Amino acid sequence: MSITLYLPRDATALALGADGLATALQAQAAEQGLALTLVRNGSRGLFWLEPLIELQTPAGRVAHGPVTLADLPGLWLVWQQDAAGQAAQHPLRHGLTEQMPYLARQTRTSFARIGVTDPLSLADYEAHGGWVGLRAALAAEPAAIVQAITDSGLRGRGGAAFPAGIKWRTVAQANATQKYVVCNADEGDSGTFADRMVMEGDPYMLIEGMAIAALAVGATEGYVYIRSEYPHAVGVMQDAVARATAAGWLGNNIQGSGRGFVLHVRKAAGAYVCGEETALLESLEGKRGIVRAKPPLPALEGLFGLPTVINNVLTFAAAQQVMAQGPAAYQAYGTGRSRGTLPFQLAGNIARGGLVELPFGGTLRELVFDFGGGTRSGRPVKAIQVGGPLGAYVPESDWDLPLDYEAYAARGLVLGHGGIVVHDDTANLQQLARYAMEFCALESCGKCTPCRIGSTRGVEVIDRIAGPQSQRVAQVHLLRDLCQTMLHGSLCAMGGMTPYPVLSALQHYPQDFGLDASSAPAPAAVTSR
Amino acid sequence: MTSPATTSPDSRLDALIEAHRHTPGGLLPLLHAVQEALGFVPPDAVPAIAKALNLSRAEVHGVISYYHFFRQSPPGRRVVQVCRAEACQACGAEGLLARASALLQCPSGQTRADGAVTLEPVYCLGLCATSPAIQIDDTLHARVSEAGLAALLADVAPQMEPAA
Repeated sequence: MSITLYLPRDATALALGADGLATALQAQAAEQGLALTLVRNGSRGLFWLEPLIELQTPAGRVAHGPVTLADLPGLWLVWQQDAAGQAAQHPLRHGLTEQMPYLARQTRTSFARIGVTDPLSLADYEAHGGWVGLRAALAAEPAAIVQAITDSGLRGRGGAAFPAGIKWRTVAQANATQKYVVCNADEGDSGTFADRMVMEGDPYMLIEGMAIAALAVGATEGYVYIRSEYPHAVGVMQDAVARATAAGWLGNNIQGSGRGFVLHVRKAAGAYVCGEETALLESLEGKRGIVRAKPPLPALEGLFGLPTVINNVLTFAAAQQVMAQGPAAYQAYGTGRSRGTLPFQLAGNIARGGLVELPFGGTLRELVFDFGGGTRSGRPVKAIQVGGPLGAYVPESDWDLPLDYEAYAARGLVLGHGGIVVHDDTANLQQLARYAMEFCALESCGKCTPCRIGSTRGVEVIDRIAGPQSQRVAQVHLLRDLCQTMLHGSLCAMGGMTPYPVLSALQHYPQDFGLDASSAPAPAAVTSR
Repeated sequence: MTSPATTSPDSRLDALIEAHRHTPGGLLPLLHAVQEALGFVPPDAVPAIAKALNLSRAEVHGVISYYHFFRQSPPGRRVVQVCRAEACQACGAEGLLARASALLQCPSGQTRADGAVTLEPVYCLGLCATSPAIQIDDTLHARVSEAGLAALLADVAPQMEPAA
C-alpha cells in the first residue's frame, strides 16, 4: 500500500518537532512495509495545529494536528483507512484541509500555493500557476507592466503603503546604466512571519515578483536582504535562486528573451532598523545600517547611489499575482484606496494563531475572535497591538473599524505589515510601553537625537511614572511632550513611531500607569506625522 | 573545507578575505563568513579586513560593533537565545528568560564564567503564533513551557562547581 503525507518544513513546524516526526514516519513506514511518499511542504499557516500532517486521500488532503511522536501509532491505522477511501475518525483528524473554516473563509491569493506545494519543486510551482506572471511580463512592454501594477492599486506591504506603481515608474523613468531591485526581507516586527512563510514556502513566487519588477524598470541585478534570525529562509532562498537560475528563470538570458536578472541572497546581521529601506541599502553596501535622509529617494539614488526598486516580500508576491491574473482581478479585492488582500498574522496570546489572508475591510474583532478564538490562556483580551512594535495598542472601541490603511490612520493607528499581537488581562501596559522605549533605545541607529536619546529618557520617565504618586502627573506630561518630539523629530519610523504604542497605552490603559481615567491624555494624542 | 586543527585562523581568514574582497558591499558577507568559520570576529582580524577592503580599521570596527549578530569574543560552547519580543512576552517570555538564567546559572546577555553557555535575549525568531520561542544553538523550539524549558536545558550546561 502506498501513502502520501505532507509534513511542513516551515520553521514553526521545525520548532515543534517536524524533523523528528519525519524521521519516525520514514522508519515506521518501512517497518510496516508501506510505500511512503513524504512531501516537506510549506505551512498552511494553521500554526496552532503544527506539526500538521496531511494525508492525500481520493477526496483531497486531510489534516491531522498537532501531531506528536506518541500519536503516530494510532494515526497509521487511520491513514490506511482514509487512503483507502473509508471513513476514519481520530481526535487529531480535522477533515479535508481546505474545508476547515479557518482556511475556507480566507481569500488566499499570495498564499494560494503555500502549504500546498513542495517549496523547491520547480515542477510543482509551474503546475500551480507559477511563472505565468513572468511570462506575461516578458511579452509586455516595460511601461505596460508598470501600468498594470499601478492599475491594480497595489501599495507597499512593508508598512508604509506607498503606491508600488508610482515607485516602479520613478525607477523606470530614471536614466542610469545600472538599476537594482531589492527585496526587504528584514521582517523584524514581533508578531509577523508572513515574509518568512513566503520565503520558506513559496520562494519562486518572490523570485518571479522581483524578476517582473526588474523587467518593468530595466534592472539587471537584485538582492534579497533576509534577517539573520531566519536561517531557514536564507537557506531555502539560496537554493531556490540557484535552481531558478539553472532553469533559466534568472540569469543573463531569462527563458531566451535576451533580458537578464541576476539575483543575490544577502544575510542581515540583527539590526531591527535595517528594515527601514535606506538603512537596509546602507547595510547592503557593507556599512552600518544608518538611516539616510530623503530625498534623494531610493528610486533615484538607492543602492550604490543608483536607481533602485525596494519593496517588501509581500509586495513582490502581490506583483506576481497582478501580472498572473491581471490588475482588475487584484483590484477587485479590498475597500477604498486599500486594494487587494493583506496576509494578517495572528500572534501572541491567541488560541488559533496563524496566517489569515483577507481582502482589506474586515475587522480586528473578526480576526482575533472568529479566526483566532480569543486568547490561548482563556482569559479576556486586554490589548491588541497591530502593526508590529511601532504600532498602536488598538482599544476595544476600535475593534470593529474596517482594516484599511486610511480608516486606521484616521484613528492614529497603523496596519503596518499586518502583525496582530494579542495580550490577555495579565498584561501591564505600562511595562509594554516601557519595553517599546527600551527596544527603541536598543535598536536606534543613532542618527536622530530624539530617537537615540529620547528612547532612553522615555524609559526613565516611565519608571518615574511608576514611582511616587506626587510626581506622576508631571511625568506623564513630560512623557507626552517627549513623544511629540520623537514623532516630529525623527527621520524614520523607529523614533517617529515608537510613540504610537507608548501613547496609545497611556491613553487607553491609564489605570496601568496609576492614573485615573480623568487624568488620561485627550483622545487622538497620536497625531499623524 | 580543511579541518580547523590543521589550518591556522590566519590562513582561513586570508582565504575568506580573498573570496569576498571583490564582492560589492562585501563587508557583511565577509564578516558572516569569518564568524561562521571562527565562531566570532576576532579584533585582530580587523586590520587585515580593513586593508583588503580599502576601509579604515575604524569603519570595520564600526560595522562589527553596530550589528547585534556579530560577536567580538567567543560565545559559550552552547548558545541559548530566548525571544522577548511582544508576542512572546504575551505568553510569558520574561518569566521564561528568568527561569533560563536560573537553570543555566548564567545572567541574561552574558557568557558563563566557565565558558559552558551563553544566554541572550533575542528580538523575534518569527515564531510569533506559537510563542514563547527559544533557540538552542541552531535549533528552534516553540510553545516552550517552563517544564519544557527545564527539559530542553537539562543537557545544555553542567552545573557549575560552587565557588570555594
